[in-house]
Amino acid sequence: MKALRNYVDKIKPHFEKGGRFEKLHSTFDAFETFLFVPNKVTRRGSHIRDAIDMKRTMSVVVLAMIPALLFGVWNVGYQHYNALGEIPHFWDIVAYGLMKVLPIIVVSYVTGLAIEFAFAQVRGHEVNEGFLVSGMLIPLVLPPDIPLWMVAAATAFAVILGKEVFGGTGMNILNPALTARAFLFFAYPAHFSGDQVWIAGKADTYSGATPLANAASGEMEAIPDFWDMFFGFIPGSIGETSTLAIMLGAAVLLATGVGSARIMFTALLGGYLMGLLFNLWGANEYMMIPAHQHLVMGGFAFGVVYMATDPVTATQTNKGKIIYGFLIGLLAMLIRVFNPAYPEGIMLAILFMNVMAPLIDYYVVRANVKYRLKRAQAQTT
Amino acid sequence: MAEAKEKDPLFSPKNRKLLSEPLVLNNPITVQVLGICSALAITVKLEPSVVMAISVIAIMGIANLIISIIRKLIPPRIRIIVMLTVISSLVVLTDQILEAFLYDVSKQLSVFVGLIITNCIIMGRLEAFASNNKPWPSFLDGIGNAFGYAWILVVVGFFRELLGSGEIYGYPLMEKLGMYQIGYVDNGLMILPPAALFIVGIIIWVHRGKNEELVDIS
Repeated sequence: MKALRNYVDKIKPHFEKGGRFEKLHSTFDAFETFLFVPNKVTRRGSHIRDAIDMKRTMSVVVLAMIPALLFGVWNVGYQHYNALGEIPHFWDIVAYGLMKVLPIIVVSYVTGLAIEFAFAQVRGHEVNEGFLVSGMLIPLVLPPDIPLWMVAAATAFAVILGKEVFGGTGMNILNPALTARAFLFFAYPAHFSGDQVWIAGKADTYSGATPLANAASGEMEAIPDFWDMFFGFIPGSIGETSTLAIMLGAAVLLATGVGSARIMFTALLGGYLMGLLFNLWGANEYMMIPAHQHLVMGGFAFGVVYMATDPVTATQTNKGKIIYGFLIGLLAMLIRVFNPAYPEGIMLAILFMNVMAPLIDYYVVRANVKYRLKRAQAQTT
Repeated sequence: MAEAKEKDPLFSPKNRKLLSEPLVLNNPITVQVLGICSALAITVKLEPSVVMAISVIAIMGIANLIISIIRKLIPPRIRIIVMLTVISSLVVLTDQILEAFLYDVSKQLSVFVGLIITNCIIMGRLEAFASNNKPWPSFLDGIGNAFGYAWILVVVGFFRELLGSGEIYGYPLMEKLGMYQIGYVDNGLMILPPAALFIVGIIIWVHRGKNEELVDIS
């Protein structure tokens, strides 16, 4: 460690103003702060002392994604061998899963970070840590068999048009990982929907439909058991299948206070109530799916826990968060059941509410202003 | 008469500016953000974009010229109707010509040729420029703005056709290059109208990056 510190200190002058590599300052800074806690302190003005900065926040989110990732790796292998009709040794399953998932993660990180570094360089600011999370989220919401160049294209699209045009991390309107997914969903529908893509290296005779696709096409008896879907032994995007693993992640996010409990629980509530409403209505078979089953199908849990709670794109006010979360849950179910063209509604629901978030905040603040004005007037008269 | 004294040469710097300014600095699409609807609707392929661009150039030049010539005869209170009549006649004429000579393209453009009437750029220039300027500068202004509109249309059409269908002006470039064999797939998003917004957005982004005076700091 000491040697590394010395080395960093030795090359540091080259990257400072007037040094040889002055232009690469932000790249150097990113690596230095990645290796060591920075020794810069705020000198003027008020500031809050806290052990946690953006880098640590992002690390917590990445940590919270680990259970879903690990299970995803295993499940990719398991679904593959299950489709072929043989269940080999545990490590063979994991090896196959790693072979499929690792390249996607690597491509996502390399593309995204390259763009992120390039922009930081040109704009002369520090490299932001936001992509550490997006780079991990993107692979988790993709089907395992996706061609790698599509991953690169989607990541580039999401980072440039979803984030950098608005000014980088913290300024984006839409969740970058969902932007990437939406891009792929609309650009390459053949690789992103239907029953051919959710199982890597699937045997032709095996039906690879996800539970949601089954439901959308009316094959109610083909929907797996509730507990199968809860534990995640179903085809689907890499990280979304296991509700249990996602709940572990949610526990980490809630315990550290990084993810908003208001959004998570109101979104669950919104989804559940909409499911109940459909049950009461019962106009077709899809509406008859028990409400609690809706919560473990598809990417609902994943979206609610990791994406709806993104602090940048969600609403900022507490009341706003409740409205925001509730509407996400409600809309996700609405899209699922009413629009067979989009089997999974959570992606579009979150993107839509991302756009609406500033509006919600605006009216929450206005309402508060009005309320306090009234109170002030009542006191003076 | 004060007007008679001004004898500008045909391409005086002032007139040249009328022609060149709308191309970049005051581009109708990227700076004034007019005429977006047609830019979204007909730029799926390059050919309709080019035909549309040429039609708008012709219509706009002539409409500006005509309105400018009769500008002193038009009663101000009904000027919009008069302008619309002029534009509509020209549009109907263009539509008939397209149907006669370029039937396939005219099919593709369908209702959007008729909708040139409602293209805000044309009305905007007639109202803002042609109705109180002399014919020649008005003509140049019309042509200039139409070219500003046209090149954006062609650029958007080029990228949408290349990425969305793998063709350039109907020529199957991607297929000839053998891209499909190595796993390339056409981007379906580019065929949807929002793609035009993305491309126009990127053009605006680059455009403002290059021309600092356009950046609106507020």
